[in-house]
Amino acid sequence: MALTQAPEQRLRAVETTAFAGVFTRETTLFRRVWRSTTFGSVVEPTINLIAFGFGFGALVSTVQGIPYVQYVGTGVVASAVLFSSVFAGMFDTYVKRYYMKTYDGILATPVDVPELFLAEATWIAVKSGVYGCAPLLVAMVFGLPPSWGMLAIPFIGFLTGFGFAFMGQWFSGIVPSIDSFSYVQSALVTPLLLLSGVFFPLTGFPTWVQKLAELNPLYHCVQLVRDAVFGWQPVDDVWHVVALTVFAVVMGLLAVRVLRQCLID
Amino acid sequence: MTPSSPAPALSLRAVVKSFGDLRAVDGLDLDVPGGTCLGLLGPNGAGKSTTMRMLTGQAVPDSGEILVLGHPVPRESKQARARMGVVPQRENLDDELTVRQNVAVWATLLRVPRRERDRAVLRALEMAQLADRAESRAATLSGGMRRRLLIARALVHGPDLVLLDEPTVGLDPQVRGEIWVLVDRLRSDGVTVLMSTHYIEEAERLCDDVAVMSHGRVIARGTPAALVTEHAGVEALEFYGPPDRLQRVEDAVTRIGFRTRRTGPSVSVLRAEALPQQVVDELGDGARRASNLEDVFVLLTGEKLED
Repeated sequence: MALTQAPEQRLRAVETTAFAGVFTRETTLFRRVWRSTTFGSVVEPTINLIAFGFGFGALVSTVQGIPYVQYVGTGVVASAVLFSSVFAGMFDTYVKRYYMKTYDGILATPVDVPELFLAEATWIAVKSGVYGCAPLLVAMVFGLPPSWGMLAIPFIGFLTGFGFAFMGQWFSGIVPSIDSFSYVQSALVTPLLLLSGVFFPLTGFPTWVQKLAELNPLYHCVQLVRDAVFGWQPVDDVWHVVALTVFAVVMGLLAVRVLRQCLID
Repeated sequence: MTPSSPAPALSLRAVVKSFGDLRAVDGLDLDVPGGTCLGLLGPNGAGKSTTMRMLTGQAVPDSGEILVLGHPVPRESKQARARMGVVPQRENLDDELTVRQNVAVWATLLRVPRRERDRAVLRALEMAQLADRAESRAATLSGGMRRRLLIARALVHGPDLVLLDEPTVGLDPQVRGEIWVLVDRLRSDGVTVLMSTHYIEEAERLCDDVAVMSHGRVIARGTPAALVTEHAGVEALEFYGPPDRLQRVEDAVTRIGFRTRRTGPSVSVLRAEALPQQVVDELGDGARRASNLEDVFVLLTGEKLED
C-alpha cells in the first residue's frame, strides 16, 4: 500500500524534501499564530524607536551627522531582528523539545537533526528579515528619506537572524531549565544590544570596548543597516557580511551538535 | 517463525543499549515477519521504548545489528523511516492546527507526493473516523480522538511498518476498543505492526505473536495461545478470602510443586487442571478460569505486569 517511492540511493546530509517538510510545518503553524507573533515583534521595536527617538531626540539633535530619530530608527532594525530571532530560537526550541515532544515526532519521520534545525532557523531568519523592516517603515513616517539601499534590509535581517536563531537553539540545548534563559537575557542579550550601536555610538567608550564590539554580531548588523540606508562603505560592509556569515555557520554547527546530543540517545 | 515465513520486516541481533550503568536493552534478538503483528509485552523498564527508539534511529545501539525493512539502522535509518509510521506513547500533536492540518503536515514530512497529498490525508482521516472533525482544532478533541489522530498521522503515507508504543495507555476501555479496530484494520491490510503494551488483553486480541520482555531481553516468544499453554497450562483456580485463607492455599499447593500468583485479594493456582482432585476438594470452593498471558508473565519473570 506504499504511496511513496522509498529513496534507495544514499541520502545526502541535507535533503530539500526533509527541509521542506519542517518548513511547511512552521508556515502552517504561523498562519494560525501570526497575529500575536507579529504584534510582539513589530510593536516593541516601534515603541523603542518612538521613546528613544523623541525622548533622547529632544536632547540630542544629531549623531554622527544623522538626525537622532533616523539614527535610532536604523539601529532599532537590528534590535527587532535580534529579539525576533534569539528568543524564538531559545524558547520555541526548548518548548518543542522538552514539553511538547515535537522533535521526537519529527525525527521519527525521514528528517535528520541538521535538516530539522536548519529549516527552523531558516524560518526564524525569514521572519526576522521581514520584522526588521517594521522600524524602518516607522522611521520613514518620521522623516527618514527612502533609499535604494533599504531594499537590502530584509537580507541583512535574514543573515543576522539566521545566526541568532542558531544561537538561541544552541542555548536551548545547554540550559538546565527554561528558567535559565533569564541569565542569558541579562548577561548576554542585553549587553549585546547595548554594545552594538543601536541607541548610541560606541565612540565614547574606551578603545578596548570598541574592539570588543567587533566580536558582537549585532554591531555588524547595525553598521550594515546604517550603511545600506545612508550609503554603502564597500570594504567595511564586506567585512560585516563575512562576520555575520561566520557567526551563523559557527552557531549552526554548535546548535546541531548540542541538540543531536539532546535528542538522540 | 517457521522456515517458510517471508523475509523479516524487522530483525535485531544481539542488540545492547546502556544508559550509564543501566543496561536498558541487553542482548536483544528479535525477528518480525512481514505482515504480522508482534506484541512486545513487559512492565515499565523492560526495554520496550528503548527498542522502539532504536528502530527509528533515535537511540543508537552500543552493539548489535538492526535491520528495518532491509535497511541497516542507524546507517540507513532515514530510508527505513520513510516507509514507517510511528505512533508515540506521548502525544505530540500540534494543538493550534486543525485535524486536517496535523495530518497534512505529516504528509509533507513523510514525503507523500504533492499531487497525492489531499487524497492521502482524506484517506487517513476516514480510516481513523475523523473525517467529520477535519476542520476542528486538535486542542478540542477528546483523548480517544487525539490518539486516533496520532495514528492517522502515522498512516498518511501508507507505511509498510507501523510502530505503536503503548497505543491505548490511559484510555477508557471503550475508547481502547476503537483503537483496536484501527490496528486490526492495519493487520488485514498486510502492514507489519510492532506494538509495545503492558495490557495483556490488548496483546491477546491483536497480536499474531508475543515477545515477553524483561530486563532488556526477550524471555519467551510465541502466539498468545501457545505461550499460555506452554507456560501456564489450561486453567487456573482462583481463591478469594482473607490473607490467612490465601496463605493456606499457597502452602497447600506449593508443597506439591504448583505455582501460585497473587492479584489483590485473590490467589490463583496455576496449571490447576493437573491438581489432584483430593487437593481441590481440600481447598474448598475456588473459581476456575482460563489461564492467560498475565499468568505466563508472572511465571516467567516473577514480576507483575500491570501496576
